[in-house]
Amino acid sequence: MTELKFEDCLTRLEEIVKALEGGNLPLEESLKVFEEGIRLARHCAKYLDAAERRIEILAKDETGALAQKPFAWDAADDEA
Amino acid sequence: MSADRVVLSVGELTAQLRGVVEEKFPAVWVEGEISNFKVYTSGHAYFTLKDADAQLKAVLFRNRVRRIRFEPEDGLHVMAFGSIEVYAQRGEYQLVIELLEPRGVGALQLAFEQLKTRLGAEGLFDQGRKRPLPRFPRKIGIVTSPSGAAIRDMLRVISRRFGELHIVIAPARVQGAGAAEEVAQAIRDLNALGGVDVLIVGRGGGSLEDLWAFNEEVVARAIAASKIPVISAVGHEVDFTIADFVADLRAPTPSAAAELVVREKQALVEGVAELHARLEGAMRRRLERQRERLTATLGRRVLTDPARPLRDLERRVDEARRRLRHAATASLKRAAHRFELATAALRSASPFVRLHGNRQRLQTVNARLTVEIARTLDRARHRLTADAGRLDSLSPLAVLGRGYSLTRTPDGRVVRSAREVAAGDAVRVLLHRGSLDCRVEATREHDDGTQV
Repeated sequence: MTELKFEDCLTRLEEIVKALEGGNLPLEESLKVFEEGIRLARHCAKYLDAAERRIEILAKDETGALAQKPFAWDAADDEA
Repeated sequence: MSADRVVLSVGELTAQLRGVVEEKFPAVWVEGEISNFKVYTSGHAYFTLKDADAQLKAVLFRNRVRRIRFEPEDGLHVMAFGSIEVYAQRGEYQLVIELLEPRGVGALQLAFEQLKTRLGAEGLFDQGRKRPLPRFPRKIGIVTSPSGAAIRDMLRVISRRFGELHIVIAPARVQGAGAAEEVAQAIRDLNALGGVDVLIVGRGGGSLEDLWAFNEEVVARAIAASKIPVISAVGHEVDFTIADFVADLRAPTPSAAAELVVREKQALVEGVAELHARLEGAMRRRLERQRERLTATLGRRVLTDPARPLRDLERRVDEARRRLRHAATASLKRAAHRFELATAALRSASPFVRLHGNRQRLQTVNARLTVEIARTLDRARHRLTADAGRLDSLSPLAVLGRGYSLTRTPDGRVVRSAREVAAGDAVRVLLHRGSLDCRVEATREHDDGTQV
């Protein structure tokens, strides 16, 4: 899922919650959008969890091209 | 006496003057107001220092101009340090300036105000230029010194808050000569890298001198040109730099900048969780309401399904019709069978031997047979009539009298389910008296219940 799709997902989820809370949907329709909403909420949560923590430092090689290298940093060390 | 006269050439006098003056004023501080300030193409700057009583020509050579942080301008009250030199060719003397400082305010303070005024006039600080921070920051670019306190502060905040973020540090010296250039280049590098959602540009606290790189025009220009939104995070809460004015958002400290970015992400995670909870709550309430309605209408079953009695009646009519047909056929069959038996028996008796003696009997039997058949047929006819009568009372047409109606398609099919027709279909609705030709506007497979 791209960021754009994530935004769409979230917007749609907000719409569904509002519609359901409005309480004017027929039962069948309610169930349908509820199922869609649950699916969207899971998608969104998964997307947010998927980002991994990575700390890198930018370095330039001899040709001046940019490269990302891991940045060594020890929080525990630092706290001491 | 001309022999006694010591006559000097202009050159000799000037040389002597030069010796005296330059020996007397090799290093002097002088205070005055700048006028006629002009930078020549050579890069040297010439102006006049003046006060109410006198004027003094002054020169700032190119290599000195570069070292002055504020912009000398007419009317500015300054203190200059340098040496007096005599310029023989033109018979002038001038102050060759080594140091120039504004009077009253510090040079840095003045430079800050001058740049702020200039960039402000250009519109670089306009609120309209400020971009919102991304709602979903995932890749954060940080421009700072990799060995400074700021980077550690920021990483510590991000670690503590469990920010699952991708961080790219673009290293730059943040103080000393060339620092501003490095910061500006790092901003450009992160822009060139691509995929970075937001930039944090900053350093930890220090003196005004230490923070100076962030007051330089080259950094301000790089921030303004950045396609990625920039958060400035320079020094402490009380420190304001030019970078802060140009940035899309100013964080009071580097830690605060990190908090800001992590909090955006955290708010998003919590927002999704909240939506999820609201979704389930709303559905639960919806189902409860439905259950209540169901309980309330369960006692009035006829209302939950208005077609039900009609369907029951139709089923009973069909059943009766089947039984009736069966009964009638059976009766007739039985009668015919008995007639055949009788006829056979009749035949088996010899017509010649028994004819005479049995003629009377035959006639009796025949008469009884005829009566019997007639009676059987009569009974069958009677039952048929009775059944037909019952059939009539069960007919849907009779039900129609009670206000129900029958809906049929043009080819005569009875419509039992909304699924059998589509919007736009023509149907004929049979009433107790007369019928209606209708067109279906919409179909609802699941009726809400109480409304017909």
